[in-house]
Amino acid sequence: MPADIALRAKGTTWKVSLTTEHPLVRWGFIALALGYLTLFLFIPLVAVFAEALKNGLSGYVVSFMDEDALAAIRLTLLAASLAVPLNTAFGIAIAWAVSKFEFVGKQVLITIIDIPLAVSPVIAGLIYVLLFGLQGWLGPWLSEHDIKIIFALPGIVLATLFVTVPFVARELIPFMQSQGREEEEAAITLGASGWQTFIRVTLPNIKWSLLYGVILCNARAMGEFGAVSVVSGHIRGLTNTMPLHVEILYNEYNAVAAFAVASLLTLLAIVTLAAKSIVEHKYVSVEAAEEPLKTH
Amino acid sequence: MNSLKRRRLSRMWRTNVVFFATTMGIGLLLPAFGLAETEDKEILNVSYDVSREFYKDYNAAFVKYWREKTGQRVVVKQSHGGSSAQARAVLGGLEADVVTMNQESDIAVLSEKGKLVREDWRLRFPHRSVPSTSTIVFLVRKGNPKHIRDWDDLAKPGIAIVMPNPKTSGNGRYSFLAAWGQVLKRGGTDREARDFIRRFVQNVPVFDTGGRGATTTFAQREIGDALLTFENEVSLIQKELGADRFDVVYPSVSVLTETPVAVVDAVVDKRGTRTIAEAYLEYLYSDEGQELAAKHHYRPSLARIADKYAARFPASTLWSVDDLLGGWKQAINTHFADGGTFDQVYDEIARQRK
Amino acid sequence: MSFALKQPSVLPGFGLTLGFSLFYLSLIVLIPLSGMFIKTSTLTWAQFWETVTQPRAIASYQLTFGASLIGALINGLFGSLVAWVLVRYRFPGRSFVDALVDLPFALPTAVAGIALTAIYSSNGWLGRHLEPLGIKVAFTPLGVLVALTFIGLPFVVRTVQPVLQALDKEAEEAAITLGANRWQTVRAVILPELWPAIFTGMAMAFARAVGEYGSVIFIAGNMPLKSEITPLLIMTKLEQYDYAGATALGVVMLVVSFVLSLLINLLQWWSSDRRETH
Repeated sequence: MPADIALRAKGTTWKVSLTTEHPLVRWGFIALALGYLTLFLFIPLVAVFAEALKNGLSGYVVSFMDEDALAAIRLTLLAASLAVPLNTAFGIAIAWAVSKFEFVGKQVLITIIDIPLAVSPVIAGLIYVLLFGLQGWLGPWLSEHDIKIIFALPGIVLATLFVTVPFVARELIPFMQSQGREEEEAAITLGASGWQTFIRVTLPNIKWSLLYGVILCNARAMGEFGAVSVVSGHIRGLTNTMPLHVEILYNEYNAVAAFAVASLLTLLAIVTLAAKSIVEHKYVSVEAAEEPLKTH
Repeated sequence: MNSLKRRRLSRMWRTNVVFFATTMGIGLLLPAFGLAETEDKEILNVSYDVSREFYKDYNAAFVKYWREKTGQRVVVKQSHGGSSAQARAVLGGLEADVVTMNQESDIAVLSEKGKLVREDWRLRFPHRSVPSTSTIVFLVRKGNPKHIRDWDDLAKPGIAIVMPNPKTSGNGRYSFLAAWGQVLKRGGTDREARDFIRRFVQNVPVFDTGGRGATTTFAQREIGDALLTFENEVSLIQKELGADRFDVVYPSVSVLTETPVAVVDAVVDKRGTRTIAEAYLEYLYSDEGQELAAKHHYRPSLARIADKYAARFPASTLWSVDDLLGGWKQAINTHFADGGTFDQVYDEIARQRK
Repeated sequence: MSFALKQPSVLPGFGLTLGFSLFYLSLIVLIPLSGMFIKTSTLTWAQFWETVTQPRAIASYQLTFGASLIGALINGLFGSLVAWVLVRYRFPGRSFVDALVDLPFALPTAVAGIALTAIYSSNGWLGRHLEPLGIKVAFTPLGVLVALTFIGLPFVVRTVQPVLQALDKEAEEAAITLGANRWQTVRAVILPELWPAIFTGMAMAFARAVGEYGSVIFIAGNMPLKSEITPLLIMTKLEQYDYAGATALGVVMLVVSFVLSLLINLLQWWSSDRRETH
């Protein structure tokens, strides 16, 4: 766009003062945003930690040393490590198709991605029981061949996949749509292959959005309770995931351990921070390398 | 143009085949991660929610007993959840060797719908396959400030009762039936029972979906004057949530709550675990098994052991669902199915408000 | 040439990405979901209609969809604000706050429900101060709203944030050099860029809230006709081994949320289309 280039040449010294708000407005917004987060986010989190640390740090650590807790943590990590990459691949593919091309039925396709969000988790689990369960359509055949899908890892992964399908896709689509396709078209016209274009042009542009999508997807994959609960079978030390283990602990009136294991999932926040600083670091160095090109 | 289109189509087709193959490959590989049997002899006990403390002790005792008797090592896996949800899982293919539920209907369904359990399951173990029982009691705040002594006190205005939702919890169903049946047991009619129930449920401010959720509401959120719960839960509540905070009230009449057990024939025949599964349930009736039940505040079925612990279980008139209400199937249809008495009472309350 | 299903483009990968996407969606979403419809179809039309129009079911739709919609609106407004504040302003603890935003997903829903109930019940940290004011949150429909707002919190923030980050400041600068004031710039330059993301976030928060079970049942009180959500009714059907009744309610929830989401998506598409043709 010519207007942009003209502006960029003009220099940027006054940029900061004119494209932001009066300090009072600024601090007002910050206060409002933090107030909302306090009410709906911070206080519940503090409550979780307050309960988890009720018996001191040693009580907190003891909660994880239990064999069943460790098995649950392992299973949750395994299920998420299978579900998240698959859904990420899907998210990128569909976002590419939807944002780079115009075709009939696009809005319906986008809406279909949202379906798993609206399906009650209990129903999400139930549909797998209806499909693969002993009374279900495929169940008798599977049972004859001794293939276990539900009440075993495959069922847990399938339920997790279903519940987390939308996240990466829905995060990427609006963002990639707002990006348009000029840059990719330019790359292709200049002779880059499709794959090169994706890696060199698209990926650097979408990295934030992709990161948020993967983190949301991962968070949800690890935290999912309802759907997994239906297909897990609740076998201690074998098919209990972390959220299911938390429920067991709570039902044993062991609120301290329940909240302690749950608070472990807040470590995701640290992962988020780390992932962001890594991407940020890379971004800065790439940008520095590209800078001479831009000033032409 | 045409050839280009064809080429694109064929490319699309090719990539589809590749993805199809990959995904199917993943789908086929996944089952390999499934339950691998590590021990030679392993059985799975699928049980209801609040039995875990008992079975933790009992499984250790059984493993030891079996090793001494046969020299065989056995591992007992446990699964706990809401009684009906567990029954649904077994129906759906969760390979339970034995089921231990808190409601007759949750095993009956395995026999009727799934043909997994033989029809005569109630006759295969002593005492109609019920190794231990319990009853519904009231837990009130220390000193009983609202003077709750019996059922009629619960239905008085200004009293708040906490109990789980009869539609989602076995504990809730027993509590509801206990309130209904006591009217009949004391010579009342169905009409009077319904009148009582209407006043009774109007005093319930919260319906948690499970028994232990209701306990938390009563104990931690400090809501309500009385909690309806199983007798065997009371000692655990006092141990975990404060012994000096609550008193127990035994109503003059209450329901006998039964925890039936069964071997899942279809599974044990497939897995070759019938001997162990049967021995596992039989051991529940041994002196050791019955002592453990008593230790966990279940009423033993064996008279010998029951007498020994008579002081722990105050005598009150207990009636069973089979005798007074024509069995679980009928009780569920009358009271908890859609449009049953539980729903009717709420419709009446809603109409009164208007 | 005949009617084109797809407009021509120089970019490659349409067949690959769309083919894979459709295949994946079918395998993971559509085929399993068809099970729900097939199960429901074992009911006669009359049975189906009776199941889904019971007064209790109707009351539960009102609560579920109403609270979800209000929750999505709250999240739309405040989520955009949070995204704005996180992207545009610098303040102590910003990156920490930023990292925490996803946690409503990570916490198992039951834990969220228990924590919220503990906070908002009459002896809780907040409930204690709200009760004298006559505001009861736990065990009322208001509690449902609080839980649904909590679980939908990350959506709008996370969809708006990357768009804001990628937004060129040049357009804003241009607007200012053309004499627009700050509010006009925000309204005419920034907001139009954000609408699609805000709508997407709200649609997702809404859809997620409609299906939510775990966190709500702890705080709702679950009183018949008053604070019962539809997923709870589904559970009660399952308790009676009434699978078809359960999936019937599931179908109603799905169809209603699908239509609402589609409307939101069309609205968004229509508004962006209109902008482009200007």
